[in-house]
Amino acid sequence: MSSRLTAIAMSGGLDSSVAAWLVARSGVPAVGLSMLLWDQSSVARNGRCCGALDLGDARRAAAQAGIPHYTLRMDEEFRRHVVDPFVDDYLAGRTPSPCVRCNTFVKFDLLVEKARRLGASALATGHYARIVAGPDGPELHAAVDAQKDQSYFLFELSAEQLAFSRFPLGERTKREVRQMARDGGLAVAEKGESMEVCFVDGEISDFVAREAAARREGPAAGGASGGARVVTRDGRELGTAGPYYGYTVGQRRGLGVASGSRLYVLEVLPSENTLVVGDEADLLAPGLVGERLHWIGPPPPSGALEVTVKIRSRHPGVAALVRAREGGRVEVEFAEPQRGVTPGQAAVFYRGERVLGGCWICATLAE
Amino acid sequence: MRQPVESTPVRGVYFDNNATTPLDPRVRAAMLSWMAEECGNSSSAHRFGQRAREAVEAARAEVARLLGAAPEEMVFTASGTEANNAVVRDALRRAEPGDRLVVSGFEHPSILAAAAAWAAAAGVELVRVAPGPDGTVDPERVEAALAPRTRLAALMLANNELGTVQPVAAVAELCRRRGVPLLCDAVQAVGKIPVAVAELGADYLTVGAHKFHGPLGAAALWIRPGVELAPLLVGGSQERHRRASTANVPALVGFGLACELARAELPQRVARWRALRERLEGGLAGLTEVVVHGAAAPRLPHTTNAAFGGVLGQELMMRLDLAGFAVSTGAACGSGTIEPSATLLALGLSRKRALSALRISFGAQNRLEEVEAFLPLLATELEALRGIAAAGRA
Repeated sequence: MSSRLTAIAMSGGLDSSVAAWLVARSGVPAVGLSMLLWDQSSVARNGRCCGALDLGDARRAAAQAGIPHYTLRMDEEFRRHVVDPFVDDYLAGRTPSPCVRCNTFVKFDLLVEKARRLGASALATGHYARIVAGPDGPELHAAVDAQKDQSYFLFELSAEQLAFSRFPLGERTKREVRQMARDGGLAVAEKGESMEVCFVDGEISDFVAREAAARREGPAAGGASGGARVVTRDGRELGTAGPYYGYTVGQRRGLGVASGSRLYVLEVLPSENTLVVGDEADLLAPGLVGERLHWIGPPPPSGALEVTVKIRSRHPGVAALVRAREGGRVEVEFAEPQRGVTPGQAAVFYRGERVLGGCWICATLAE
Repeated sequence: MRQPVESTPVRGVYFDNNATTPLDPRVRAAMLSWMAEECGNSSSAHRFGQRAREAVEAARAEVARLLGAAPEEMVFTASGTEANNAVVRDALRRAEPGDRLVVSGFEHPSILAAAAAWAAAAGVELVRVAPGPDGTVDPERVEAALAPRTRLAALMLANNELGTVQPVAAVAELCRRRGVPLLCDAVQAVGKIPVAVAELGADYLTVGAHKFHGPLGAAALWIRPGVELAPLLVGGSQERHRRASTANVPALVGFGLACELARAELPQRVARWRALRERLEGGLAGLTEVVVHGAAAPRLPHTTNAAFGGVLGQELMMRLDLAGFAVSTGAACGSGTIEPSATLLALGLSRKRALSALRISFGAQNRLEEVEAFLPLLATELEALRGIAAAGRA
């Protein structure tokens, strides 16, 4: 029986609960797996995330689907692969994308390995994305529901991981999924969306400050969490803001300095505890420089590759030319200048609905 | 209206009887009349109450008889945890800063965690006596830990994870000579081996119904005559002022019958368990890198704890569960996490070895055919898991 066993990653949220329900109803042997990723005691309940587990809801959903369910403690791994790098990024002046790392290193690596060890031949999740058979193996495609599409967060998967994965919600809209939960009488049917970073309760800058202090290093330790200098590109000092890691490129609010025009964060410079600010027009960048380039399928031939790039999860996408350089570095030239090229975010390459791969943004491309 | 939760019972073979046991159908039948037509508060004066009182006292007599005790020495509680907590709480209530509590290092959490939490608050020193590598506590090490101001000592009769039987009588004698009261948690032992309070010599002994085919929610604390115990639950005058609460009549009726059946059928049950375990451990001996823990010590006849080299016990447990056999990675209270068993670590085993362990515990319902079906499956699942684990990461 175990040769066809499908494992389902269950967080206790609406989406993964419906995914479990669908897999169970399809008649294949199934087992629900929940990961204990983070100490829940400090995090407010309801409606948080995918990762922060509502264990009781996950158990209940598995019981309603009529499948066995196990909880796997992975808090050490989650800290190592997701939380610590998240803090590292903020302290280095970057704005991280922890959900990508969680998918890459936790759900589709460690959890897949666990599923294999239980004898499963597939892992289903509640992600809104599609896996489509292509000439070179399975391809990752955007979900049918563009509003809910999560393909951006999955760009670091390999074709091999996709071959093991199932996304039962990819062809459905969120509205349909919720209706299914209602029709099936699932206890989680009215549960809210989770949009925040699952392990952060409150302000991200407070979380980063606490973590940095706990490490006894970094600018937040020993009372050194002083406000960042706010300067313009031409070196004018405008005043002092909060700690630099509370800011992200493109941010306008919370600078706390008076100026004749609206000011935006253009750069975060941790070594100088400085925020470089300027006008909205200064945010426009002709392209980006990325690192850790990844292709889902076989790498394309060298030379400029035409893609649509999304430079953050809610970005509509822009036509661009991708040029791979040495050592996983990459240059991406936009067809039109884009605002908010943010170091630490992922730049994900699409061709139509298909995700080809992506990279991690280090800097804007010089003109 | 919501659809009800899937209500099909789990099918499969249950080899985790140290966690809890299936209710004996005869016990269930006896309880049912108290959950259907009969009604009564055993403290009430009318005939309904009288009948309930009669049922509770008959149960008390059966529980006492199983332990070789007198009925008035038994205090009913809702759980073994409650009974253990009551004794630890009472000892600490009367303790003064600088007093001492001596417990074995692998007591049940209802003693260990209670002692740890309350001793610190009372300024009392908690001394944990580590078991030896054979899975038993050396009485000499307990003796060395006893100090003039020791308020309480605790030693379980049999370890829940290993099944190893502890030298309670010897430790009780050492405690008696020093005037230290001894709590003996016999929850895992009663119904598996003969237990007589007179032979053990402890001052308190706990027993729980659900470990030997009685209901959940019924347990008892035996208190040596003349030993005081302030109640943990304060309220009415039930249980001779030692535990307030309306008697749980159906559960206690079931508890009484479970004791009666255990007493009558113990020799046959023990003989069956010995046969099952001999077959099981014979089969384990044929597998590579499988080591039975505590095998050199006296053990309960129905428990096997073994390390399965090269795998995580949790993963093997899940595979076996999916294939229809329920076993445990250790104490049920500690399951669901991947922390190694504190009991196995207390024996001096490595973290890796402790994480590779499984516990298989039989009940009166298990049959040799189940063990025969289990062994080849275990071999298959173990090999499969070892293959995947070797191909993947450790």
